[in-house]
Amino acid sequence: MSYVNPPTPPRKSATFDDATLAEIRRAAATGIYDIRGGGTKRKVPHFDDLLFLGASMSRYPLEGYRERCDTNVVLGTRFAKKPIKLKIPITIAGMSFGSLSAPAKEALGRGATIAGTSTTTGDGGMTPEERVHSQTLVYQYLPSRYGMNPRDLRRADAIEIVIGQGAKPGGGGMLLGQKISDRVADMRTLPKGIDQRSACRHPDWTGPDDLEIKILELREITDWEKPIYVKVGGARPYYDTALAVKAGADVIVVDGMQGGTAATQEVFIEHVGQPTLACIRPAVQALQDLGMHRKVQLIISGGIRSGADVAKALALGADAVSIGTAALVAIGDNDPRWEGDYRKLGTTAGAYDDWHEGKDPAGITTQEPELAKRLDPVTAGRRLANYLAVMTLEAQTIARANGKSHVHNLEPEDLCALTLEAAAMAQVPLAGTSWFPGKGTF
Amino acid sequence: MPNFDLSTTSLRDLNGALHRVEEGSNDIHFDVLNPRGHHAVAVGIAAHLTVDIKGSVGYYCAGMNDGADVVIHGSAGPGVAENMMSGTVVVEGDASQYAGATGRGGLLVIRGNASSRCGISMKGIDIVVQGNIGHMSAFMAQAGNLVVLGNAGDALGDSIYEARLFVRGHVKSLGSDCIEKEMRPEHHEIVADLLRRAGVTGVSPAEFKRYGSARRLYNFHVDNADAY
Repeated sequence: MSYVNPPTPPRKSATFDDATLAEIRRAAATGIYDIRGGGTKRKVPHFDDLLFLGASMSRYPLEGYRERCDTNVVLGTRFAKKPIKLKIPITIAGMSFGSLSAPAKEALGRGATIAGTSTTTGDGGMTPEERVHSQTLVYQYLPSRYGMNPRDLRRADAIEIVIGQGAKPGGGGMLLGQKISDRVADMRTLPKGIDQRSACRHPDWTGPDDLEIKILELREITDWEKPIYVKVGGARPYYDTALAVKAGADVIVVDGMQGGTAATQEVFIEHVGQPTLACIRPAVQALQDLGMHRKVQLIISGGIRSGADVAKALALGADAVSIGTAALVAIGDNDPRWEGDYRKLGTTAGAYDDWHEGKDPAGITTQEPELAKRLDPVTAGRRLANYLAVMTLEAQTIARANGKSHVHNLEPEDLCALTLEAAAMAQVPLAGTSWFPGKGTF
Repeated sequence: MPNFDLSTTSLRDLNGALHRVEEGSNDIHFDVLNPRGHHAVAVGIAAHLTVDIKGSVGYYCAGMNDGADVVIHGSAGPGVAENMMSGTVVVEGDASQYAGATGRGGLLVIRGNASSRCGISMKGIDIVVQGNIGHMSAFMAQAGNLVVLGNAGDALGDSIYEARLFVRGHVKSLGSDCIEKEMRPEHHEIVADLLRRAGVTGVSPAEFKRYGSARRLYNFHVDNADAY
């Protein structure tokens, strides 16, 4: 009897999966690394790996819709004469005019203003549209200093010194030539159509001792009125936070690797920096060790999508969160209504990330006037306000369920973790146990 | 004439007074005594004042100056006149690193030497250095003019954009994408004008060489990867 080798189904390698094979072919064909926008696409431990416990015998809940659960936050209470007072603990992250269209920036300002929160400029400076439409505007002070001037500095409500961002800690900005319109070029004092590679280090200071003097200069220039934020990528959150406190920051922004960028190398986005969940407790610990928790405010960003994410970040010790990618989605980014156009670009709604090419069908990450017209800033602003309202209601719902009359009263003891990794990063017990990795002896 | 002695008066009082001067005021000349290396002296001025600082200063003196004429009768620490918008800043002594960084307008004159990264990321400022400048000067310089009567250190004008560099002495090395260019008549005029405004005499524009961008790195091409 002869043996017949039975047919086996094709099996693809887990190591050399389709995406890996495609990238090898793309690299071989072009000789250049892949550039894209957004944050990490790989699955990393995140807020989904945490759960709230809710009220029980030892904690009583607050009545939904009947008992107050406040959401206000004050940022910049340490040194600034005029701290920022926000109705909700969800702010809009820095995104530049240049990477975004003028109507998109306007929409972010409109939505944030309706919701009672702040929005933030980006590389390239402040546009008149976003100043007019943003009741509270944070002015980013970036290494490139494109568009930076003391006149706008004084018109801002706060200053955010950007040291890094979660998508690319240690990397500078990148705005490729196809998005450099006359207006963008003029704001940045560069020729039209050239690639603009923003510096990764500030030109006139290095290290925390210099930063302390730079912060002194900015405070003196603005007569100590404005809160000064320091934004770092999720690299070494304990030491970065401690050093930012030492340098004199009012507010520290820690951006995890799920945080988006307008454009950078894929290898940078996926392989440098830590997940947001891993950054919060070390940053809070640094503040607590210095006796500065709640005195220097902590803003967490990178992959915040819902009121549940907001509540979890606050429970772990943040004072507020910041959203970028989610805000863009709320105003229309990657919307399936443009599926036909996404297909023409070789992608699909939900996966489009070639923001640097300036061909965004949704009219958001573009400087093409015809595409930009697709976004109505009034309608888009309303959508963002709606989304922020839902996130806030969700966070309040969770806070009440845990017996909290202010979302800031949420605490790590209200949480448990679904995975060992999340338990270790968030330092909350694995569900069903009173233990997390690193706690006591095992 | 307001007089501020920083050995007895706070920095805040000085800068606050400089910011409060109203348009049309007669009291527009300020003397600053005993600066003793203080940081952030006379920063953020947004009026046509004159400020005489009688001594040496620390970081960021006259930072973001917008209209004032400031004279430092001593040496300046890092970042003097950083991001200047308009006006004039004169350093009678030497300047540390990052002099005139990211400046957008106005004139910075350094009578002595300037350290590394002079004119880094400059965006329209004019800088005249009567002595030498250190390494990596005019890194990523976008616009404006840098005139150096002495020598320049390593990697002058690395990754430069559209700024113009004029050096009278020896250049130790040029940075990526920075090349020597022809001194045309309009460049002689630029140098002559800046020397005149800086109060430099006895020096001819013909003694300078011009350096600027080869514009090879303006758009990324993989064949230029070795240049980065």
